[in-house]
Amino acid sequence: MPEVQIRVMVNGRPRTATVPPRLTLADFLREHCRLTGTHLGCEHGVCGACSVLLDGEAVRACLVFAVQADGAEITTVEGIAAADGELSPVQAAFREHHGLQCGFCTPGFVVSVTAFLRDNPDPTDEQIRDGLSGNLCRCTGYQGIIEAVRAAAERPAEHTRTAGT
Amino acid sequence: MKPAAFDYHVPSTAAEAVSLLAELGEDAKAIAGGQSLVPMLALRLAVLEHLVDLRRVEGMRGIERRDGSLWIGAGTTQAAIERDAEVASAVPLLARATPLIGHFQIRNRGTIGGSLAHADSAAEYPAVAVALDARLEVLSPRGARTVPAGEFFHGIYSTALEADELLTGIDIPVWDGRCGFAIEEFARRAGDFAIAGAAVAVQVDGDGKVSRCGIGLLGLGSTPLRAVKAEAAVLGSPAADVAPADVGDTAMATLESVPSDLHASADYRKHVGAVIVARSWQRAVREATDA
Repeated sequence: MPEVQIRVMVNGRPRTATVPPRLTLADFLREHCRLTGTHLGCEHGVCGACSVLLDGEAVRACLVFAVQADGAEITTVEGIAAADGELSPVQAAFREHHGLQCGFCTPGFVVSVTAFLRDNPDPTDEQIRDGLSGNLCRCTGYQGIIEAVRAAAERPAEHTRTAGT
Repeated sequence: MKPAAFDYHVPSTAAEAVSLLAELGEDAKAIAGGQSLVPMLALRLAVLEHLVDLRRVEGMRGIERRDGSLWIGAGTTQAAIERDAEVASAVPLLARATPLIGHFQIRNRGTIGGSLAHADSAAEYPAVAVALDARLEVLSPRGARTVPAGEFFHGIYSTALEADELLTGIDIPVWDGRCGFAIEEFARRAGDFAIAGAAVAVQVDGDGKVSRCGIGLLGLGSTPLRAVKAEAAVLGSPAADVAPADVGDTAMATLESVPSDLHASADYRKHVGAVIVARSWQRAVREATDA
């Protein structure tokens, strides 16, 4: 099974690697790039913990092979905060509104919500709930997360900055 | 949860893709968005020697209004279909079915061709395709052919596609006149595959009589189904006089081999199916008669 060379941009940094085709993008990010903020829960597309931005769109990194991402730009949760470490509006809202407890699912939520608010800057509560439906959280009961998204949506000028590639 | 090893191929034309599929045989499969195939590989429900990735294949993406129909390239993502104004106006049933597919992260990768070729009987696009008599364009090294949606689905995850055939596009008739469209489904959680669902297209004439009707059922058999008897029963009748519950009951009456699993028994599925057909019929008729 020949390995394949890929070149990707991860959080603005070019990466070249030779990978086996069966390596998922999630495992590539964690093991080759040592970006362990992308978490793996179910590894078959149900839980959403591994969500990353692929060319700006939120996807499940466990359902993309690294070879399929060749030439793409990827943003992981490590690329969401500002370079100086200042939390993005979505991250800050999660902290302020108890949008997390154990934190395992949080990277997936933060990445998904960042893309969701970029595309839906003024969401209704129903849209927020629908937008969150692809990410599972076993601690919070979701109410804090919904409040965090609502709060982050009220700061539209800021989150567009971090939602770009 | 790690897929077994496979060889990876990235053709740049559809012709190259089908010649690869022909050469590699049964151990090869085409991958587009991979939102159904990758989970199957991860769970090792599928083990393949070769994957032929379609991401560089040109001419398989896009949405085009044609004479009397809307053509959609098989590699077009569900997200692109969801936000396309042409789809919303020309084939509202497809537009309304799309948000019911998985979650937005899935729709960013998943394609219409992948959904049809994967042929999950509880999926939305196959039911829409049969309800609207879509035509599926298929390519192989032997040339191109067109398969009517009604003949495309053969069984669970099984279609008319041969091992060396590729679904390249789908052509969906555009209905005109006084039409209404509705799709409803019942799933235990948002984004789950439905326990039962129905896609209804109806057209009424100047007197309010049903002049055209397509009812696609999902989750109620080993393939998406067409409720042929229920359609025949309403054709020519004044839409306002048809009792929605009768449409639902007729649609369920002829079903054989309704799935029964831990989510729902066959009887429960039929019960849900009858209610869902009735509701979508009602919504579709309301839209048609208001038009």
